[in-house]
Amino acid sequence: MTNNADQTTPQSTPIVELVGVCKWYGEFSALYDINLSISNGEKVVICGPSGSGKSTLIRCINQLEVHQAGTITVSGREVKPEMKGIEHIRRDVGMVFQSFNLFPHLTVVDNLTLGPIRNLGMSKDDATKTAMEYLERVQIAEQADKFPVQLSGGQQQRVAIARALCMKPKLMLFDEPTSALDPEMISGVLDVMIELANDGMTMIVVTHEMGFARQVADRVVFMDNGEIVEIADPETFFNNPTTDRAQLFLSQLLSH
Amino acid sequence: MTLVDLVLFGLVAALIAYAAYRVNDVLVYHWNWSRVFNFVIRVDEDTGSLVPNLLLQGLATTLRLAAWATVLATIIGLVMGYWRTSKNLTLRIISRCYVELIRNIPPVVFIFIFYFFVSSQLFPVIGIDSIDREGALVTNSVFQFFFGDPKLLSNFLAGMLCLALFEAAYITEIVRAGIQSIDKGQWEAARAMGLSRFNVLRDVILPQAIRKILPPLAGQFITLIKDSAIVSLISIQELTFLATEVASSTTKVFETWITVAAMYFVLCYGFASVFRYLEKRAAKANR
Ligand SMILES: Nc1ncnc2c1ncn2[C@@H]1O[C@H](COP(=O)(O)OP(=O)(O)OP(=O)(O)O)[C@@H](O)[C@H]1O
Ligand SMILES: [Mg+2]
Repeated sequence: MTNNADQTTPQSTPIVELVGVCKWYGEFSALYDINLSISNGEKVVICGPSGSGKSTLIRCINQLEVHQAGTITVSGREVKPEMKGIEHIRRDVGMVFQSFNLFPHLTVVDNLTLGPIRNLGMSKDDATKTAMEYLERVQIAEQADKFPVQLSGGQQQRVAIARALCMKPKLMLFDEPTSALDPEMISGVLDVMIELANDGMTMIVVTHEMGFARQVADRVVFMDNGEIVEIADPETFFNNPTTDRAQLFLSQLLSH
Repeated sequence: MTLVDLVLFGLVAALIAYAAYRVNDVLVYHWNWSRVFNFVIRVDEDTGSLVPNLLLQGLATTLRLAAWATVLATIIGLVMGYWRTSKNLTLRIISRCYVELIRNIPPVVFIFIFYFFVSSQLFPVIGIDSIDREGALVTNSVFQFFFGDPKLLSNFLAGMLCLALFEAAYITEIVRAGIQSIDKGQWEAARAMGLSRFNVLRDVILPQAIRKILPPLAGQFITLIKDSAIVSLISIQELTFLATEVASSTTKVFETWITVAAMYFVLCYGFASVFRYLEKRAAKANR
């Protein structure tokens, strides 16, 4: 196992740190001895075969899933199952899902203002102003008063990104944000993510978009069977993967 | 309309005619609708104007009972329905026991037990019985519009509480099913934003769930109107109870109960039609 997490960014304090994290579903080990440290501003892409634990890993960071062993620290605070104040940590951690999960009963702009109004104590006017700024950034401001069902998949995903950004997170988690999209919608969403990366957002992205990984990622984390098998910079990982399992995975990915 | 339909219609008509014949000629029953009709509406002897009599008063009481019981049952049902889905084991046990208890004993038995508890224990404690029956609080017309005759207040409240508690168990299950029908992703997205469980429920889950459960809720409301006849057994002076009195004092059993059945039918069918109309309109608006 190659775990050189601390070699690339030795000085800065990590915004997310996982030490010896394990998770089981009954007998089945979904995560085993995960050690990963992500520093401020870093972009990490996680890839690996289906069922390898990628979603489980990032969902443990904001405790949508609870881990059973090891420690997870997010901006200096340890997150624990059933902890009080998990809401405060979650506000710093935006999340974008494969299936968008917009609130269908609310308009686009109301989807964006709900969090800031309820959590950050913003007034409706302020929240709407912020929301419109972010909608502008994801180039969808003219759809503000529509309902999610009236938008295309790509537009919905961009709304979902804007919704997460409205909470002014320090860290963004993406779980296969483009894999539910039609091919022609993908680039619009990736462009938004690239722009976000260029603005310096810390990002953990589960994706198989190799172009995106090469362009944006500082490190690629390859997982298989609930374990981190390989961590490398994108050039090294895609051109000269060191493990057999990564080689096999990449050859399958390319043959598609 | 096919031949089969015609034959069926004919058969049904023949059956009704036969039943009428049996009642008229074999039972030698003397129909007298006007006596029963006098109990629906009567001429006031002093003023000469028409005033509602027992059956119409009973209908009004039934409506009041149903309306208040619906409000209360909805509140209890919302809370209990949420408890059914709660993470807290105690709340889950309480709500589960409540639902199972009520669903698995006959309504009449529940109402006898609960009525005894309410009228002998609860009302004395909260002081319902000691409210001044002649006081300004209860003798005004607004109060009487909402709660009926002040002399019968504790009688009315007892019936209403029984009915509400009974129906709330069914509403609880409707609410639970509604909450659980909402996609898990909605919880996750809202929780990931840092909303508290309460906020997620209020702002995200319930608004979606309520749209889904309105049709079964409307059905339950109509069931509640029909079920309200049960509280006649604890002498609540609603339509069925008063009909029993009218039937025995006039001995016009058929006329009384056919009249009462017609009143319930109009009430329930009327509400059902209104709900159907609203549902259609909502469906159109959502498109
Ligand atoms: N609630 C659950 N109960 C039991 N097993 C689960 C549960 N959730 C996930 N798993 C298992 O855990 C493993 C890891 O799941 P995870 O969703 O993290 O995989 P993934 O790498 O995200 O896969 P994919 O690329 O298909 O999304 C899978 O084998 C899955 O079957
Ligand atoms: Mg996944």
